[in-house]
Amino acid sequence: MPIISIKQLNKTYASGHQALHNIDLEIQSGEIFALLGPNGAGKTTLISIICGIVTPTSGEVLASGHNIVSEYRAARSKIGLVPQELTTDAFETTWSTVNFSRGLFGKPKNHASVEKILKQLSLWDKKDAKLRTLSGGMKRRVMIAKALSHEPEILFLDEPSAGVDVELRRDMWEMVRDLRENGVTIILTTHYIEEAEQIADRVGVISGGKIVVVEEKTALMQKLGKKELRLQLQTGMTEIPDNLSDYDLKLEADGTELIYSFDTKQEHTGIAELLRKLDKQGIDFKDLRSSQSSLEEIFVKLVREQ
Amino acid sequence: MSINSVAAIYKFELARAWRTIGQTIAAPVVSTCLYFIVFGSAIGSRMGEIGGVSYAAFIIPGLVMMSLLTQSISNASFGIFFPRFTGTIFEILSAPISYFEILLGYVGAAASKSIIVGLIILVTARIFVDYEIQHPFWMITFLFLTATTFSLFGFILGIVANGFDQLQIVPLMIITPLAFLGGTFYSIDMLPPFWQTVTLFNPVVYLVSGFRWSFYGIADVSIVTSLGMISLFLVSCVVVVWRIFATGYRLKD
Repeated sequence: MPIISIKQLNKTYASGHQALHNIDLEIQSGEIFALLGPNGAGKTTLISIICGIVTPTSGEVLASGHNIVSEYRAARSKIGLVPQELTTDAFETTWSTVNFSRGLFGKPKNHASVEKILKQLSLWDKKDAKLRTLSGGMKRRVMIAKALSHEPEILFLDEPSAGVDVELRRDMWEMVRDLRENGVTIILTTHYIEEAEQIADRVGVISGGKIVVVEEKTALMQKLGKKELRLQLQTGMTEIPDNLSDYDLKLEADGTELIYSFDTKQEHTGIAELLRKLDKQGIDFKDLRSSQSSLEEIFVKLVREQ
Repeated sequence: MSINSVAAIYKFELARAWRTIGQTIAAPVVSTCLYFIVFGSAIGSRMGEIGGVSYAAFIIPGLVMMSLLTQSISNASFGIFFPRFTGTIFEILSAPISYFEILLGYVGAAASKSIIVGLIILVTARIFVDYEIQHPFWMITFLFLTATTFSLFGFILGIVANGFDQLQIVPLMIITPLAFLGGTFYSIDMLPPFWQTVTLFNPVVYLVSGFRWSFYGIADVSIVTSLGMISLFLVSCVVVVWRIFATGYRLKD
């Protein structure tokens, strides 16, 4: 059974703007799911509906098998949310705000559990610090600690890397992996697609309030990605010879770089044959390298097609 | 009901009051002391008794009621407006708790704080003047009903307000004048007949009158009318809050 099941979800705001159109999505237990989309695509609206902050117009959402409207207590108790904005009570301490979150979600006091979370997030030495004195990265960690305080099964991270330095970001992704190891399902939105590429098991792309594609990350990259072979020529060319017109070739860098794009799904890439033909034509090259299109390129392509 | 959740909100709000003790407790106590010194001791010593009660003692229920009203509104409105303003309201809305539990936490804390302030003022008043409480049960009932009702009203204000300035306008520009003109410092039968009639449209008259009756057994309007008016206002606030929660007005999109 999926841990999150969304069926025919629609959201139209009072202004008349339809933020979500018939969303169908299933997220499996224990996976890291990255939701990608440009600004205004509906990512935050979707997360906010699942978490109970925004009211859906129609459709059904089940979290851990519980309807988020009719069984909101059971559903919400399974969910932790780290919002995009660093919204904290400036005058509270780290310790009090995390304990408050735990109590708010109906859990009895458990100082040992809160201490463990703070230590995991390297916040223990800041437990008595007022939140206004913390850096942006530390505040982000506090938000994560608050979201984890009631031991959720599902954790939403809305743009968790925003405003976080490289080192902290790496730590955070390490923590995300650890949480997954402990059985927590992670759903994240990010603009750092490169990171989604590194960390996510599956990727969903949302654009204009519609789910464009949901696929296992590696399958998506294989299905929609292209590979390129770049040959640095000894002598520049002005045009591609006619007998090579069957290949998807183009010239760049004033004719000194020949680029061959090929489909990763094809059984034969045609590279060996191309190199033989180039040799026969007397076209020499001094270097070659191949590359695969990134998730970002795939993402941009998918969004543009919408 | 999730007792832990309600307790978390309640304790959080009381902790905020403790942190800002100067603003929430000391300030109303100091200003009330000033009223006692000026109106009770200085001017009051030159005035006769009202209904057989010395003027200094006569104004005590009104002063307590005035603080109770303004404190209840300020505490409750700030309590819910601040998370709306900072954005931390997301956590309340995403928690596995009902609207009733949210209300219980915020309004309960606001009412508790204002009742504490009211009781401190009563204790402080004892330093300046002797007074009696003839009907302690009704005194506590009025205190509790008024604090709850006006905390609910403050909660509504905190939902509706667009800025901190709007939070201040109601207690300062509406409640305080109504309290001054609602018999805090005088009995309404001291007014000319026309103004006595006008004053009856002031809801605070009924609160002060009923509260004063619980102290000295004297009232401008009957105790039943006072209880009826406060109950009516309580029910009105409950209906408005219920509509806010039913529609998610200013809370949920």
